[in-house]
This record gives sequence, C-alpha cells and structure tokens, in this order.
Amino acid sequence: MALDQSSKTRVFKVVGTRPDRPDGIDKVTGRARFGADVVAPGMLTGRILRSPHAHARIIGIDTSKAEALAGVKAVVTRADFGDAPDHVADILDNCMAGAKALYDGHAVAAVAAVSAAVARKALRLIEVDYEVLASVTDVDAAMQPGAPLLHEGRQQETVPHGMSGNVMSRVEFGHGDIEAGLKQADRVLSRTYRTAATHQGYIEPHACLATMGPDGKGDLWVCTQGHYMVRNTCAAILGLEQGQLRVTASEIGGGFGGKTTVFLEPVALMLSKKAGRPVKLVMSRSEVLRATGPTSSTSIDVKIGMKKDGRITAAFAELRYQGGAYPGSPVDMGSMSAFAPYDLENVKTVGWDVVTNRPKAAAYRAPGAPMAAYAVESAIDELAKGFDLDPLEVRLMNGADEGTLASYGPTYPAIGLKATLKAAKAHPHWTAPLGKNQGRGVACGFWFNFGGDTCVSLNVTPDGTVTVSEGNPDIGGSRASMTMMAAEELGIPYDQVRTIIADTGSLGQNDVTDGSRVTFAVGLATIEAARAAKREMCKRAAMIWGIDAEAVEWVDGAACPAGPNAGKFPPMTLKEIAAIASNTGGPVAGHCEVMAEGAGVSFATHMVDVEVDPETGATKILRYTVFQDAGKAVHPSYVEGQFQGGAVQGIGWALNEEYIHDKDGILQNPGFLDYRIPVASDLPMIDTVILEIPNPGHPYGVRGVGETSIVPPLAAVCNAVSAAAGVRLTQLPMSPPRVLAAIQAGG
Amino acid sequence: MTQIHVTTRINGDATEFLCEAEETLLDVLRDRLGLTGTKEGCGTGDCGACSVLVDGRLVCSCLMLGAEAEGREVSTIEGMANGDRLHPLQQKFIEKAALQCGICTPGILMAAKSLLEHNPDPSEEEVRYWLAGNLCRCTGYDKIIRAVMETAADLRRAS
Amino acid sequence: MVRVRLWGSLADGAEGQREVEIEAGNLRELLDGLGRDYPGLRPELERGISVSIDGRVYNDSWFTPISEQSEVVLLKRLKGG
Repeated sequence: MALDQSSKTRVFKVVGTRPDRPDGIDKVTGRARFGADVVAPGMLTGRILRSPHAHARIIGIDTSKAEALAGVKAVVTRADFGDAPDHVADILDNCMAGAKALYDGHAVAAVAAVSAAVARKALRLIEVDYEVLASVTDVDAAMQPGAPLLHEGRQQETVPHGMSGNVMSRVEFGHGDIEAGLKQADRVLSRTYRTAATHQGYIEPHACLATMGPDGKGDLWVCTQGHYMVRNTCAAILGLEQGQLRVTASEIGGGFGGKTTVFLEPVALMLSKKAGRPVKLVMSRSEVLRATGPTSSTSIDVKIGMKKDGRITAAFAELRYQGGAYPGSPVDMGSMSAFAPYDLENVKTVGWDVVTNRPKAAAYRAPGAPMAAYAVESAIDELAKGFDLDPLEVRLMNGADEGTLASYGPTYPAIGLKATLKAAKAHPHWTAPLGKNQGRGVACGFWFNFGGDTCVSLNVTPDGTVTVSEGNPDIGGSRASMTMMAAEELGIPYDQVRTIIADTGSLGQNDVTDGSRVTFAVGLATIEAARAAKREMCKRAAMIWGIDAEAVEWVDGAACPAGPNAGKFPPMTLKEIAAIASNTGGPVAGHCEVMAEGAGVSFATHMVDVEVDPETGATKILRYTVFQDAGKAVHPSYVEGQFQGGAVQGIGWALNEEYIHDKDGILQNPGFLDYRIPVASDLPMIDTVILEIPNPGHPYGVRGVGETSIVPPLAAVCNAVSAAAGVRLTQLPMSPPRVLAAIQAGG
Repeated sequence: MTQIHVTTRINGDATEFLCEAEETLLDVLRDRLGLTGTKEGCGTGDCGACSVLVDGRLVCSCLMLGAEAEGREVSTIEGMANGDRLHPLQQKFIEKAALQCGICTPGILMAAKSLLEHNPDPSEEEVRYWLAGNLCRCTGYDKIIRAVMETAADLRRAS
Repeated sequence: MVRVRLWGSLADGAEGQREVEIEAGNLRELLDGLGRDYPGLRPELERGISVSIDGRVYNDSWFTPISEQSEVVLLKRLKGG
C-alpha cells in the first residue's frame, strides 16, 4: 500500500497527538493480566528439570520415583514427543533435550504436580544418567579444528571443507573491489572487536497455562510476541491441527525479540495432555537467563581504508557470531547491516554462523545489527580522529542517500540517515563543553524493518462506536497506535474506538510482533479495514439517498454527496449510519487480510557524553541524545519511549551486561544481581529528536521505530569512553576492570 | 506439614490466610489471595517488581515470608487507587507514557508512592536512587523519572 | 528478461555469477526460474529468501509484478526481534 499522495500536505487530527493509552488504567492498577496471572480450575503446577552440564550425552532418565510421589500427576521427557517435522526439530530439542544436553540449563524432564513444593520434590527424584562431554562457549575457540563438536552433518554447503564442524554456514555480501579500494586509501585500519552475549532482559519471565484434552483440542494462555507463531509451532511439535489449538496472548511484560519462539509451551501442553488437567508453567529468573534468549557473542574483524579528507575507499568486515547450541545466529543480518548507513564503492562482509554450548540465541532487538555497527562505527571513528576530522562530517561525506547502492544489495528509496546526521550536527549537544575525563561519542545505526502476514477486523457497533480486533500482542502501546489510526481514518474521536488483541480462533494468521513491524503492518491493515468500512457506509448512505455509491464520499466522520452533481443531502454521520445498519443490509464492518510488504528502512544517529573515572575505570553516562527517522510518528510519546528504551538497552550492552561462563561452560551470573541491566541511578534523561521522512510504502508514511534505536549505542558509548579514557576500547562490555586495564596499558 | 494461620490487613481490609512456612508474602498475595497485581520478576529481591508496603515501609514481597505479615498492614498496587479515583502517580504515569509493557509498573508505583510519602520534594537524583531497585527494561526510565517529579510538584502545589 | 543481483555467497550457487538473467513477470516466476536455471541455488531458495524489488523488500508475495527495468536483488531472509 503506497503512501497517500496527500500525506505530505495532510493535516492529521489524531495521528501525531499524545492521547492516554487504552490499556493504561489496567496497567497502573494491577488489573492487567500477564502470563503468570491466571488460574484454571484443577490447575497443576509444572516444573522443569535442567541439565547441570554444558555438554553431556543423556544415557538414560529414570522417572519412576518421581512418578510414584504422591501429588505428581505427570512426568514428561523427550520420549513423550514423537519426531518433529524438520522446521521445528531444533525448537523441540531446545524445549526438551533429546540425545544430548547442549548447554547448562537445557531442559531434560518436566513434572506437573498438585503444588510447587511437590513438583520441586519430584524433580529431585528424577535420575538422569549423563556422560559429560567437553564443551566450548567461545566463538573463536569453537571455530578451531579439534574443538568439541555439538552436531554432526549440520553444515550448510556454503562452508568450505576442512573447517570445524561447529561452523554452520557462511554468508558474503557487498560489491566492488576491496583490494583496489584499499590501495587508494591514505590509511588502512584493521581491528578486531569482541562483544559479549547479552540477554533481552524482559522483566516478565516466560509463563503459560495449558489445557489439552485427549480429543486433540487445546487452549493455551501465554506471554509471547506472537500467539499465532506459538499455535503453529506447538501444533507442529505435538502433531495437532492448528485450528484445534486456541492460543490467547496475555499481556506481555517485555520481549525485545526473546519471546518470538517457544520454550515452555509444548512441554506444558504435553504435561496437560498426560495429566488430563490444566498445567501452569512459569520460569524463574535463573531459568530465563540459563535457557532462553540471549543474543550472540561475537568476534569481528574490520578493515577500512580512508582518504585524508575522510572519504572511505574500501570497507571490509568478517563477522563470527555464535548462536548457541543450534544453527541460526543473526550473523546474516549483521553482515547485511554492517555498512548499510554508507555509500561505498568497495564493500564486503563475510559472516560465519557458529554453534557453541550456550542457550540457543533468540532474536534481540535488531538481531545481529548492534554488534556489527559497534565494530564498524568504532573503526570509522578511530580513522576520523586519526585524520583530525569531525566524525559527523565524515559520516555525512560517506552517508547513504536516496539512490545509494546499499552494501547489502538494493538501491535505497528516500531514507533519513543524513537528516539524522544533520540534526545531530545542529543540536546544542554537539557543541556543549566537556570537562576533564569526559568524552563525546557518536555513531549511526540501521535496521531493515518488516511487514508480514496481518489481519485486522474492524466492527461498527449499533450505537456507532468502533471495535478493532488485531492479532499482535501490545508490547509497548500499539493498541493506542491502532486506535489512533482507525479514528484518524474514520474521522471519529479516539475514545470512540477500542482495540483488542484477538485470540488465534478469531482472526487469520498474524506474524509475530517483531522486526518493528506492528505500527507499520498492523497500522496499514487497520487503515485498510477502516477504508473498507467507509466504503460500506458510503454505500448505505447512497441507498438512503437513492444515488450511486460512487457519488458518495467520506468526509470528517460522515458520508457526504461527492460534488454538486450527486445531489444535495445533509451528511450522514457514522452514528446515523450505524443506527440504520439493520435496515440497510446488516452490521457494518471492514476487514483486511494482507501480506504487508514495503516496510521502509530506518536510520538513527546517537550522541553521548561520558565521564570515565581514571582510578576505577567506571563510566558515568552524562548526556544522551537520539536522532531517528520515524517516517511518521503516530503517538510521539511512545516513539520517544522506543528511542529511549533502545538506547538504554544499548548502554547496558556497552557497559555492564555479559554472560559469564566458567571453564566447564556453567553460567556464573544467572540473576539480575550479577547480570546487571541499567538502573535508574546509572542514567541521565535520554533526549530524543524525532525526524519524519515518510515511508513510501505506508499510507501515512509510518516506519517501524522499535529496533533501530539499539543499533548505534554500543559504538556511540565506546567512542565516548575511548575519547574520555584516551585509549581505544575494542571489547564489550566496557566494565570498570577492563577500562582500567586499558588505561593502564595505554598510559 | 501444618500450615500457619496468619491474620493481617491488606489494603485496609482484615484478611486471614493459611500458608506454608516457606511461602513468601509474594506467593501468598498472588497464589492464595488472588492479588496478582504484584509481579514476580526475579524472586531474589533484585528487580523490585514485587514491591509492596508493609507498615508503610517499602519491601520486596519476594524476600519476606507470608507468615511475617501477621499483625501487619500490607499495601499493594490493588489498594493504590481510591475507588474509581486513580492516585495522582497512576494518573501521571498514563498521561506521560511512563510505561510500555507495564510489568514493572505496579512495583515502580509502589516505590514512587513510598518516596513521595518520605520526601515530597525529591531531586532528580533522589528519585533515581530511590527507584534504583526497580528495574524497567522498556523505557530507559526517562519518562518514569519525569512522571514522578511532576506528580511531586503537583502534590506540593495542591497541599 | 529480468536481471537479478545475487549476494556474494549466493553467487557460488550460480557458477560464480553476481548477476543472472531470468525470464519472469512476477516473483513466483522469478523464484521458479532461478531454481530451474541454477540448481546450485536451490538449497538457499528452500531455506527462504527475501527479494528487494526497486528498493522494497518482499518475502512471500508471489504475484508481485516485476518488469524488465526493475532492480531485483536477492537478500537473506530477514528475521527480526
């Protein structure tokens, strides 16, 4: 669906305002029901037994003692599941280990019992016979010949012969001639950068309530980013028909990509099926950290050639991402996005997907992109500073624009990168004075943004109010955005529309809430559904007036004769048409089912000031400003919120957050005390500048905004810390001991 | 196992319950009394999602046993509004978009209410340190801090 | 004929060519033609890809029209968070 021609001059009435979100009262009063907040009659409590080893063959599991314990109603192991189809085989193996436990925390058995206390006791009675195997958690170590191997025969044909069997696939992107480009450079910088695995860190642990009957019909209540995905995945794993499994999304307490797959749900359904009773499964925080999420740790080589004037002559990156115990790290998207902000004649990226004995990586906000941007933006910054050039000017000189051949292949339509850079340059933050031990950093970031399968059903009630049903969990205010777009399109007040998230039985397929797709794709479907309802209402008015439906148009919430030839009739409002709906053909509705394509890419520039304590290596964030293109900000407060939240997650990634394994691959920090996400006292206010370069693929020009905001901060903070400390940092997180060691080594 | 009989007041109402000795106040609130507005984010006192007031003092209900509520006055998020009148903090959080997913919101509201009862005129730094035990992963805290500061200013003007 | 740009490692499946020509009027014909003319591309096509047509990314819409002037670029399948 293309940008409305009138949208550049259009005066929006609802879009762009800041109304109260419709689920606000539920969420400030404790009424909102999240994953763990429901009960069912006769409900049992489930618990999962997890491997204490990072890598072990499972010789046998004896569940007889647990089954004999009073109050235990079901015990499940992998033996209860049949062979899953290929596309969900790894997902099942991750939910319940088969031949081997592949990481510390890998599920090996589950119980359902009358109470949590009985369930915990039952877990202790399950005897698992493990043959402990050598393990590997570091990406570079896993690629070495002779490294312990997780799988056999899983390598793609893209991997050259002779590489470690842990290397699953190779990708390459780019154009031009790197060697020729490097020859033209006045300086060639080669660096290796490393980033630690970080977790999405949503505050709500995974939770679900499953009811599964012997007749193959099931119901599932679950906190997820996509209940249709949960339905389809569970149905495939359990051999159910999709139509017989109804999944209802609870309110979701954060996801950031980590709730785009299943962990507990097939197990809960199997427990319920065996027990014949509803089963609730809720993870503890340590289970969340040990067995869900995180994103890849990475090791990235960058080689960039630059002329003295700042022009980049060639840019190369080789990216190694470990994605945990199964293939599928986001290295492909890291490789595609690494140089996306730049207009480069010679550019190439090579990516390697590597398996290690860590939890299977899940998507995390712009999956793969922040680490790649960290490496590239650090190198560009170092080169610019080496030539004593303004880092914003260097980025502007090399920045991508409409017509640029992107490093990952296509030619860009209208994009907003340079607008963010110019806004950054003009902002008072850029010229504010800095004190001793302080430094300023900037960095750019990019994300693709997605569309996908989407259904929206919009119904007009007899009293002339409107309900919108959509199928994507509201993770950060999207009910408000949909309500606003429906009200805008229908020309009625915001508070006369109510948006609900429908269960899987109520709408067709909806893709997961991911890729910053919801405001774009569900918004587009909402607008189209509203337009269908308007066409129907115009038809009803035409019947009343006895004129052709084509002679009626919708203006400001009412059907009106289109021009003087249509006849003179007073406008019929939505309320008036709704009141006579039964007399003119029945209820009025509009719906839209669409594979939304045409999501517009998005760019951001971030600017940060830090102070580094030279005695401790501790970093304090002093000031932070986000400049990002939103296409069209539907609800600016929630757009700002996405910018701020992404920036702060990136600050955590840059400074604190890290999966720490011991030599045996056991996670040493599975709790919020030691896996330290940013807290309020770590931070200043996060200033935001919203730019609006309309997306040509959406009627109002909307682009997704959720993900791009986590891409620049790793590098922006690193560039600032490096400036403040007077020494270039090349490894995340920049924890105080690491920064201190770098200062001491550099001084 | 013999359960413990506890008599307490929750949000002003006389309440009795039975619990196991090892059950936390959070378990009791959520699983025995149906007060699921108080959230469990970690179970180890690190995230603050389970914040409640006990005799006016801010505590993580996951770190206190249910049996310890005997004779105490417990306030939870469910008691924050007065009938259909939201507490000014609740109203401000909605107006200022100080929540995204909303899972940390009950705990943050309880903590913020406790702050304003102790200190009606907190500096930004005081708000940040008071709320440092309440994790929010969505907002970056900016709008939360602003909402608390503005509510404090409104309340000072009104008093 | 539609000219299709392939990402680097995909070129290995097309006898090293970074750009191939396929007779196609829409996305479905393009994907079918690629698999037919370049069997080496089939594993990657089966794993799923995205296609950029004139700067807009498409995943699944078979009947998206493609003209001879269209810029067509195959991309790795995009996955998000």
